[in-house]
Amino acid sequence: MSDFKIHLLVCGGTGCKASESARVAENLKNEIAGQGLDDFAQVITTGCFGFCEKGPIVKIIPDNTFYTQVSPADAKEIVDEHIVKGRKVERLLYLNPENNERVSDSKGMNFYKKQLRIALRNCGIIDPENIDEYIAREGYEALGKVLSTMTPEEAIAVVKASGLRGRGGAGFPTGLKWELTRQTKSDIKYVVCNADEGDPGAFMDRSILEGDPHSVIEAMAINGYCTGASEGLVYIRAEYPLAIERLKTAIRQAREYGLLGKNIFGTNFSFDITLRYGAGAFVCGEETALIHSMEGLRGEPTLKPPFPSVEGYLKKPTNVNNIETYANIPVIFNKGPEWFASIGTEKSKGTKVFALAGKVNNVGLIEVPMGITLREVIFEIGGGIKNGKKFKAVQTGGPSGGCLTEKHLDTPIDYDNLIAAGSMMGSGGMVVMDEDDCMVDVAKYFLDFTVEESCGKCNPCRIGNKRLYELLDKITKGNGVKEDVDRLINLSNVIKDTSLCMLGGSSPNPVLATIEHFRDEYEAHIIDKRCPAGVCKALMVYSIVEENCVGCTACARACPVGAITGERKQIHIIDQALCIKCGACMDRCKFNAVIVK
Amino acid sequence: MSKVKTLDDLRKLRDELKSKTTLRDRSENPEGIVQVKVAMATCCIASGSRETMNYLADELEKRNIEAVVTQTGCMGYCYAEPTVEVKMPGKEPIVFGYVNEKKADEIIEKYIRGGELVEGIIPMNYQSIDEDKK
Repeated sequence: MSDFKIHLLVCGGTGCKASESARVAENLKNEIAGQGLDDFAQVITTGCFGFCEKGPIVKIIPDNTFYTQVSPADAKEIVDEHIVKGRKVERLLYLNPENNERVSDSKGMNFYKKQLRIALRNCGIIDPENIDEYIAREGYEALGKVLSTMTPEEAIAVVKASGLRGRGGAGFPTGLKWELTRQTKSDIKYVVCNADEGDPGAFMDRSILEGDPHSVIEAMAINGYCTGASEGLVYIRAEYPLAIERLKTAIRQAREYGLLGKNIFGTNFSFDITLRYGAGAFVCGEETALIHSMEGLRGEPTLKPPFPSVEGYLKKPTNVNNIETYANIPVIFNKGPEWFASIGTEKSKGTKVFALAGKVNNVGLIEVPMGITLREVIFEIGGGIKNGKKFKAVQTGGPSGGCLTEKHLDTPIDYDNLIAAGSMMGSGGMVVMDEDDCMVDVAKYFLDFTVEESCGKCNPCRIGNKRLYELLDKITKGNGVKEDVDRLINLSNVIKDTSLCMLGGSSPNPVLATIEHFRDEYEAHIIDKRCPAGVCKALMVYSIVEENCVGCTACARACPVGAITGERKQIHIIDQALCIKCGACMDRCKFNAVIVK
Repeated sequence: MSKVKTLDDLRKLRDELKSKTTLRDRSENPEGIVQVKVAMATCCIASGSRETMNYLADELEKRNIEAVVTQTGCMGYCYAEPTVEVKMPGKEPIVFGYVNEKKADEIIEKYIRGGELVEGIIPMNYQSIDEDKK
């Protein structure tokens, strides 16, 4: 078989699929066939490229042409021009916002320059539904090496030497966890993959499963060998249908190749993987709650110890690791623990995947070496703040984390630095906020989420978070009193100290962090009854400036509730009792006569 | 599909499959290997550039030369089609004209392998804007 001269990689991640990338791929295939070039160019659907802001993405190999926002109708032009005649389709190339120039080679994009892809090494490069492409890129080599040449203890030593820490959020040393599970004596042990990704706006784990499911399967098998388990379980939320589909396909293919099942690589090690579906509860990312959910019980946490590595699923020792943690494992064995440990900071080795979201230009999925600064992530990879606004804060760690501000921009990102700065690594959500975001409102948003997601088992979390939310709500409505800030701090500390699991143990973090860094905003809401960012509707007052009003009646006609009165050519007045603060009058006025305070 | 029973089985399988993704691996770092660009406008295709491109790509692979073969638009030397630009690592690119399979074979053996120039070089008398910017 002659190999293809050109590969057209089409992103098949959930984000790009939602913008019709499947039809783009289909049309490209048809156009290529129509030109009689089907043995010359090949269309491959891959996992996420990370540059979700401008999806669907089509990357053409070998010249690295990076087409953005490709619609199904563009397929013909791409094939006719680029594939047949070698001319790039200028209008689809990425436009560098800094100098308004088209970038044809993805290597020239700031978005990729600072990234180092280990966990995402195959995402956007291989077809996740084809095990051959995974094997072609060193897939299952690590498993083969471990099974054929190493004892479980030796393999655990490799993981320990790499310095890898759990990527799910807490940062527990992975090798140590494996060792603890190995040391527990039991006839049956389990290996679990935590695919219950629940932070709002986070999609790191989903993208790995969608783009490179075999890396997780391979690592789970290695984990099984090291800990003495022959059964692996993936706990995944049912709202990730594409990830589930691709994982199932991958498991089936691995079984066909004998890479899962009995006597893998001719050794007496047997291992297989099954799926368990979750209903998308945030608390089920906590390992004891996750295990209960898999057992068919309510997804509620229990007190640790006993740790799952001693007593977990069905009371047997269970090793729970996060997807991203697993995705790093095969590389550590292939490239060596020294190589892995050479990346990152003293106590945080390797890379971290972040889902960059919020008010940045390049929203997407990125993987960066530990120790990179927030400034590099936000202003270089992220391309800066949208619409030239001013940076205000970034929330890391999702609803369990805290916000970091301007003064943290040059802090190297790693587990310990983020905790010292009052936030946490979390699973990798990174929400960027600008001057138009109200920090009290942000805290309220995250509390709203935790109140909804609290399982209700322990009082501090169930009742405490609700009270926190009510206090914040009161402040944003302009009814706050001076003592409220201290009440928020006290209550937050009580919830953190007394909650059963880390959901409650970390849920007040957004409140504490916003108070620490933006106390002035809380005070503006409480004392001046004013929302500096102009977000909290209850504190906004629309009024008409007499000097500017010409009496054109445009605002009165735009007002949906009839709150504006005034004759033609006379000054208009807004009735504050009726005003719902929708801003329609302000949008309509051509004379800047409507102002908001 | 026969099962993978040993590490050697896996490695043998990988060697067979490797060519499926080498193109993608190489495009990650084209500066370090031979870059061949074949002009592929209407006039070039009419003069047989697609055959030339296929030949170059297949032969380089067969002869174990790490290279990435891409196509490009009209180079402007329509009188000398098919035209091929070859850039060896660390050297200036050189454009060859009238590249049929025989000529392509000569380019591979003499220029890419042996480093000696072959006839048919088109002198580059322009600068491209991209290079200018760098």
